[in-house]
Amino acid sequence: MKIHKYDTVIVGAGGAGMRAAIESTKRSRTAVLTKLYPTRSHTGAAQGGMAAALANVEEDNWEWHTFDTVKGGDYLVDQDAAEILAKEAIDSVLDLEKMGLPFNRTPDGTIDQRRFGGHSRNHGEAPVRRSCYAADRTGHMILQTLYQNCVKEGVEFFNEFYVLDQLITEVDGVKTSAGVVAYELATGEIHIFQAKAVIYASGGCGKFFRVTSNAHTLTGDGQAAVYRRGLPLEDMEFFQFHPTGIWRMGILLTEGARGEGGILRNKDGERFMEKYAPVMKDLASRDVVSRSIYTEIREGRGCGPEGDHVYLDLTHLPPEQLDAKLPDITEFARTYLGIEPYTDPIPIQPTAHYAMGGIPTNVEGEVLSDNTTVVPGLYAAGEVACVSVHGANRLGTNSLLDINVFGRRAGIAAAEYSQKAEYVELPENPASLVVEQIENLRSSTGTERVATLRRELQDTMDANVMVFRTEQTIKTAVEKIAELRERYKNVAIQDKGRRFNTDLLEAVELGNLLDLAEVMAVSALARKESRGGHYREDYPNRDDVNFMRHTMAYREVGADGTDSIRLDYKPVVQTRYQPMERKY
Amino acid sequence: MATPVLDKVEAESAASPYITVTFRVRRFNPEVSAEAVWEDFQLDIDPKERVLDGLHKIKWEVDGTLTFRRSCAHGICGSDAMRINGKNRLACKTLIKDINPEKPITVEPIKGLTVLKDLVVDMEPFFQAYRDVMPFLITKDTNEPTRERLQTAEDRERFDDTTKCILCAACTSSCPVFWNDGQYFGPAAIVNAHRFIFDSRDEAGEQRLEILNDRDGVWRCRTTFNCTDACPRGIEVTKAIQEVKRALITRRY
Repeated sequence: MKIHKYDTVIVGAGGAGMRAAIESTKRSRTAVLTKLYPTRSHTGAAQGGMAAALANVEEDNWEWHTFDTVKGGDYLVDQDAAEILAKEAIDSVLDLEKMGLPFNRTPDGTIDQRRFGGHSRNHGEAPVRRSCYAADRTGHMILQTLYQNCVKEGVEFFNEFYVLDQLITEVDGVKTSAGVVAYELATGEIHIFQAKAVIYASGGCGKFFRVTSNAHTLTGDGQAAVYRRGLPLEDMEFFQFHPTGIWRMGILLTEGARGEGGILRNKDGERFMEKYAPVMKDLASRDVVSRSIYTEIREGRGCGPEGDHVYLDLTHLPPEQLDAKLPDITEFARTYLGIEPYTDPIPIQPTAHYAMGGIPTNVEGEVLSDNTTVVPGLYAAGEVACVSVHGANRLGTNSLLDINVFGRRAGIAAAEYSQKAEYVELPENPASLVVEQIENLRSSTGTERVATLRRELQDTMDANVMVFRTEQTIKTAVEKIAELRERYKNVAIQDKGRRFNTDLLEAVELGNLLDLAEVMAVSALARKESRGGHYREDYPNRDDVNFMRHTMAYREVGADGTDSIRLDYKPVVQTRYQPMERKY
Repeated sequence: MATPVLDKVEAESAASPYITVTFRVRRFNPEVSAEAVWEDFQLDIDPKERVLDGLHKIKWEVDGTLTFRRSCAHGICGSDAMRINGKNRLACKTLIKDINPEKPITVEPIKGLTVLKDLVVDMEPFFQAYRDVMPFLITKDTNEPTRERLQTAEDRERFDDTTKCILCAACTSSCPVFWNDGQYFGPAAIVNAHRFIFDSRDEAGEQRLEILNDRDGVWRCRTTFNCTDACPRGIEVTKAIQEVKRALITRRY
C-alpha cells in the first residue's frame, strides 16, 4: 500500500475533471486520478455543441438562456445556479477558443452557432441559434483541447487508477473529506491519496440501462463512493432519454441533426412532432420528444416489421451540409446500420443518456451532507454532481457547458480551500473497506456471474423505469434490484490475478450500478407526479404543491448491518421565474 | 405499461441469423507464463455485431481473464485499437461480417509497444511522443483578446483533418519505422503537430518544425501509407506528414 499526499485530488479526467485540473494545478499541488486515460473519457462522445448566448449570428442574451434552462428542467432547476450557468457560458466558450478549440466559424470569422432543442429567443417565441459547435464533434474537441491544456500546464495524471472509496473524518463533529482510496489497475496495488480537497468529476451512471449512449465505463463510481459513506444523492429519479439513439444499439445521433433541419417521421412518413410541439416541433426538449416517439410506437405508427422505432430523416438536406456539419453521425449510420443517410432515413429510438441527479453541491461545487451543510474539502462537478442546473430535464448543449462552468468553479474553489486548510487526519485503517471488498471478490467461491446480473439489471431498468413509469413497473424494478443485490453477494470472478484485472473491475462497477439503480427506483417510486424526464402514467401531471422539491436519498445502515434508503426533500431555489405550464 | 421496446428487440435478435465464428486471440499474462500463445474461442454471434461484442462475449460468458481496454464502443474514445486479421483497427468499429468470418478472426495487441497483458499494451511511450510536439495552442499576444480570435472558415478548414485524431495509436503502431525504432515520433505525434502548425492562430510552428526536424522526426517516414490505411477516423495521415515535411523545406505553412 502506498500513501500519497496532495493538496488537491481530482477523481475523473473528462471535461469537468480536466477543466478543474487546469485551474487547480495553477494554484495547488494537484493529482488527477482516472480509471481510463484522460482522452478516453465520455465527454469525447458529445456531439452537438455547447450553449452560450454569444449572439454571433442573431439576437440572444443570457437571460433568455436562463429561462430556457429553467423551463427545460420543468422548473425543478435551482434558478440561481441556472443564472450563473447562462452568464458564465459566454466566457466559458471564449476561454475554450483561447485554449485552441477549433470551433466552426461564421463568414465573419467568429464562432458559428446553430439551433438546438429547447433553446429559444425571447422566452419561447422561436428556436434560436445558441449552440457553439465544431461539426458534430464538439465533445471530442473539448476533451482534446482540455487535455492539450493539461499537458501545457503540467497536470499530474494517475492513469488507470480506480477510486473505490471516499475517506471521511469527523472534525469537531463535522464530516470532513480526508482523501480517497484507489486501486491501480496495472498492478492491483492499493493507494491512499491524502488530500486537503477532493473533487469528484467521474461522470454518469447510464450503464444500468441496456439501450444507452453511455460508455461501458459509466458506472457511477463517484456517486456510489460518497453515497456509501452516508452522503446524500439528489434527484436520482431524473434520467434523460435522448430521442435519437441508433435503433437497438443506443449510439447517440446528435440533436444537432434536427438543429440542421432533420425531421422525425413515423411509418406513414408523417412529421409527428408537429402534433406534440407546434412551435418548436422536432426541437422541443428531449423528454417531450422521447415521449412523443414512444407514443407513436405504442399507437401503432412505429416503423419496421416490429413497429418499434421511428425514422430520423436527413434525406432532404444537401449531402455537402451533412458532410460539413454532421460527418460523424452519418458515418455511424453507414458503419453500424449499413444505411446511407443521403438517401435513406435512419432508424432511431430513445436511448438512456444523462443523469440529471447526482452528488448535491452548491454553486461553488462544494458537496452537501444535507440540505445546507457543506462537507469541508469535498467538491463535485459535471454529470456526477447535481447543482441543480438541469432540474428534471437537461437541455441539449447544457452539459458541455456545465462541465466547463462548474468544473472551473470547483477547480478554483477546491484549490483555494486547500491552500488555506490543513490536512485532516486519515481514518484508522483507511484502506480496510477497499481491501475487504477486493479480497472478497478475489476469493469468492460464489456461483453468480457479473455479466448475468448486469444484464438482468439492465433489462429490468429498460423495461420498468425508462420513458414511461407507473407504480407497478417501478415496484417491479425495486423488487428485482433487491433480488440482484442479494445475488451479488454470491458473485464470483474468474481472474484472480493482480495485473490488469478488468474482471475484478467489472464486478466492482456492477456493485456501484446496483446501489445507484436502487436509489433511482426508490426515488422514482416516491415521486407521484410527472416532471421532465420522470413520467408517471399513473400521475401524468406536474404537481407543484407536493413535489416542487428536490429528492435527497440517504443510505442508512441498521443495527443488524442491513442497509436501506431514507428519502428527504430539499426546496428548489426560485428567483425570477414562476412555474408555468410547459409547452413547446 | 412498461416502455414498449425491449421484448421486441429480444424476440427479433433471437430470430436473427447467428453464425459460428472462431476468434483466435493472442494471450499473454506474465503472472501465468512468460510466453504468449494463441487461443481459439468458438462463438455463436450475429455477424452484424462488432469484434468488440465478440470479445465481450468471450470475457462475459467464457473466460473472464481475457483482458482488453474499451470504453465508448463506437469509435470515439480510442481505447480498443487492436490488430485484427493482421490490420490495425478499432474493435468497436469493425463488424464481424466485414472481415471474412468464415475463417478464424485473429486478434492481437497493436505492435511496437510493450504488451502488458493479452491485448493491453504500454501506451506511455506513445503519449510521451505526443507530449513532445507541444500539442497545445501557443500565442505570443501579451493582452488576451476580450472576444474570440477571428479565423476564416477557410483557415479553419486547413487543419480540420488532423483535429479528428483520437490518439488510439492505430497509425503509429502500424508503422514499420516505429516497429524498428521506438524512438521515432510516429505518425500520431506528427498529426498532432500538424494540427497546430497549420492553425492560423498558432505562433509556435517554427518550434514544432524544429522538434520534428530531429533525427527521430518526420524524415524517418518512408511513406508506406500503413498509417493512413489504419486510421479509424479516416485522417489522411501520410498526407499530413508530407505537408509537415514540405513546411520544413519551404518554411511556409
